[in-house]
Amino acid sequence: MKFGIVVFPGTWSEKDTQYAVSDVLGYESDYIWHDDDNLDQYDVIVLPGGFSYGDFLRCGAIARFSPVMQAVRVFAENGGPVIGICNGFQILCESNLLPGVLMRNDHLEFRCIWTDLRVENTSTIFTSKATEGQLLHIPMSHGEGNYQADEETISRLENNGQVIFRYSDTSGNVTSQINPNGSVNNIAGIINERGNVLGMMPHPEKASEKLIGGDDGNIIFKSLIENTVTSLK
Amino acid sequence: MTVSQQTLDEIALSRTEYEMIIDRLGREPAPLELGLFGALWSEHCGYKHTKALLRTLPSSSKRLLVAPGAENAGVIDLGDGLAIAMKIESHNHPSAVEPFEGAATGVGGIIRDIFAMGARPIALLNSLRFGQPDNARTRYLLNGVIGGISSYGNCIGIPDVGGEIFFSDSYNGNPLVNAMCVGLIENGKVASASAREAGDLLLLVGADTGRDGIHGASGLASKGFEEEAEMRSAVQVGNPFLEKVLIEACMEALELPGVVGLQDCGAAGITSAAIEMAERSGMGLKLFIDRVPRREKGMTPYEVMLSESQERMLIAVTPGGETQVFELFDRWDLDASVIGKFELGSNVKIYDEGEQVCSTPVITLTDSPEYKLTSSKPAWLDALQKVNMNAIPMPNMPPIKVMLKMLGSPNIASRFPIYQQYDYHVQTNTVIEPGGDAAVLRLKGSKKGIAISTDCNSRICYLDPSIGASIAVAEACRNISVTGAAPIALTDGLNFGNPETPDVQYQLTESIAGITRAADAFNIPIVSGNASMYNESLGSAIFPTPIIGSLGLLEDAEIHATVGFKSQEDIIVLIGTDSCWDEINDIAGSEYLELIHGKVEGQPRLDLDLEVRAQEVCRKAIKAGLVTSAHDVSDGGIAVAIAECSIIGGIGAVITKALPKRWDAGMFGESQSRILLSLDNKNIDQLESIALSHNVPMTIIGFVKGDSLEFGDSLSIPLTVASEAWQNGFNLATSE
Repeated sequence: MKFGIVVFPGTWSEKDTQYAVSDVLGYESDYIWHDDDNLDQYDVIVLPGGFSYGDFLRCGAIARFSPVMQAVRVFAENGGPVIGICNGFQILCESNLLPGVLMRNDHLEFRCIWTDLRVENTSTIFTSKATEGQLLHIPMSHGEGNYQADEETISRLENNGQVIFRYSDTSGNVTSQINPNGSVNNIAGIINERGNVLGMMPHPEKASEKLIGGDDGNIIFKSLIENTVTSLK
Repeated sequence: MTVSQQTLDEIALSRTEYEMIIDRLGREPAPLELGLFGALWSEHCGYKHTKALLRTLPSSSKRLLVAPGAENAGVIDLGDGLAIAMKIESHNHPSAVEPFEGAATGVGGIIRDIFAMGARPIALLNSLRFGQPDNARTRYLLNGVIGGISSYGNCIGIPDVGGEIFFSDSYNGNPLVNAMCVGLIENGKVASASAREAGDLLLLVGADTGRDGIHGASGLASKGFEEEAEMRSAVQVGNPFLEKVLIEACMEALELPGVVGLQDCGAAGITSAAIEMAERSGMGLKLFIDRVPRREKGMTPYEVMLSESQERMLIAVTPGGETQVFELFDRWDLDASVIGKFELGSNVKIYDEGEQVCSTPVITLTDSPEYKLTSSKPAWLDALQKVNMNAIPMPNMPPIKVMLKMLGSPNIASRFPIYQQYDYHVQTNTVIEPGGDAAVLRLKGSKKGIAISTDCNSRICYLDPSIGASIAVAEACRNISVTGAAPIALTDGLNFGNPETPDVQYQLTESIAGITRAADAFNIPIVSGNASMYNESLGSAIFPTPIIGSLGLLEDAEIHATVGFKSQEDIIVLIGTDSCWDEINDIAGSEYLELIHGKVEGQPRLDLDLEVRAQEVCRKAIKAGLVTSAHDVSDGGIAVAIAECSIIGGIGAVITKALPKRWDAGMFGESQSRILLSLDNKNIDQLESIALSHNVPMTIIGFVKGDSLEFGDSLSIPLTVASEAWQNGFNLATSE
């Protein structure tokens, strides 16, 4: 079981991701350079946070054309698990692997804060180790995480259980006061219809140990590991 | 040919300095040469008014690996094969003219100084000073500076974990924007900004060179400026994405066998970077200026040499080693070009299209004049110090009103509205986040951690530059000690007015003496620093502001203390004093005196021996696991410190000592060397014995309890009310 962590020029969360999945959880991982298009040896692909190609034009807009993203598309179409975090979520949306867009935060400022994510669906490969309604304490760090889509898409996502995480208060209430960026319905993370591609704005790899404020992010990686290892057997 | 006054003014050289150049060269300098002298003899690069003083700063330590001034940054040993490179640097003048880009490129510049040492940058801090908060110009500068730091810092994956912000009329029109960077190196992998042998090649890597930032060092940073609009072209424009890939490429390049040196290309561009490299290498240098990749056509050699285009580095490689560097930089889509060659000799020779346009002795260029400063105490300062604090009337409002006003002061209120715009989690090392006295980072692969902070109370420096500078060191170290870490190194960002004036010369001389005395008392070195002069507008100098960046070492990152109270019924103890309340003289230079009475006056005091001992007691108590919280008592005095511990911890406090008659001084006096601890009752005897053995007074002042702040019988504030004042104060004070 091996993680492939994609690195674009401007990516900065690849080391944190490797630390979380390899140093903390003990699974193999490698970096995949943006012009590489061979993903044969990987079981899970992570698109980590950062500013791919400087995010000029629009976040993720250039990355979608990279050789590695053509390969990620094929990987996902074949049912391979893909998780896009922050910039990775933006890239997945730009690549049409997930619906919707991530706009500038409604208050127009960058936000680095701890969030409490209410788990909305535990029957996914990314959340099977969480309990329904559990709150995951995970930091976010972005200027453009305001998730928006047309009404039809939103209701489809909601009805299919594709909304995985919502920003909530410490008691699990989903309110507009606690919404950190203006995302519709406080959406913090969604999966595709098939259930193998997750995009989320907060950074689970930044919540990997108690010493740095919490290790709830591991729940997501552990779910992914357990389900991938099972599927490999 | 006689040079015109206008030409000299442009590059901020005096007529006497020009004569000195002629004398040393034995001829008139060519126009290009004059530009080189202007840059290297600028106050910014040449430290003309400060270098004699800077030599007196303590720099010895058994931990010191790279001495101050020897390279791009100082380096200090942590043990376990790890070392830290650290430095603070100013970008005041560019930020005054163009706040967003000025602050952004200030961050970029200090990062390059750190990775030039071969260190992976692991933390940024920002020390900021602005004018009156309710002024439209201040708001513009504030938003621009914070936006610039946020935009640049967040893009490059280095956490921004601390710093300070302070408002005072003294900075109207001349904000201070100092950035500090800390980098981690494996011991033995420290890089040098020099070539090894004659024949080594000089490569320019990173961004193309444009016309931005010409005369940044000489013009903008080295004289007073009033016509800011005209100076805007002297401000560089940053590209954090380019810097991010440049960091990665340079860190990889240092692993290549042919790469022998790495140098930041910052103030005064290629001129300063290449010529300083030649000097450090003890060699001559041929520069082929036409080989510098350009952003625009028609640039003259003068413009190329003096451009301060950002995101550029110089690399020295052994002949043949360049091929691998080209391959590496090509992979990162970055330019790399051979622009020079080191040779035996002592001259820098500049060639344009095969024609030699300049040949000048390196040492003549780098040996800038050194000015002696006078130091006589101005009469006005004497008068300010002698003001009798007893003459300050009682406030014309009740204690609760003063308390809420203090908590909401933009100099005291929570900084969360600012730091929530900076990424302080990336790299996943942040153990204590911004909002505490110091940030603490763990070091992966080791049990150790580091604590970092910056501090300087410039009001106090204004009232007594020597004691004020000592207090800046004491507080920067106290911020470290209250986390449990031991201070091991300092960096200094000296921000002063026009050094040609007697008052500023006095402030400079006294400040350096104050830093020296305090650093000696703590027995720690100043490993790097920066001097920014001519910080004034409309003819009036800023408060002397010697900002001190501090580094502390935690043997075990798990064992540390934080600010917030933790448990009901814990005992609250004040160490460093045997009285809960300050006396009237302790309001000298305090936030209270300025906020409530509009005055900056009085004589600040500091007992350095007590300071050092009190900090040691605090560290020992934390290490022994005796305390549940620790907080430095500084701006706003004991009342504000207690409120902060309560608000952050979410638990109230009951102070059992009755308020004195001068409750204002008691609550808000700012006497030094005080640390507020909370601990379980069962540990109190052990704490007492540690304090006693170090001859440090301590006093039990109350306990952690309930959901309000109770001071004696006379003052009670619901915690929610105090919290609201503190949380909202910054935005309220700085909004229209």
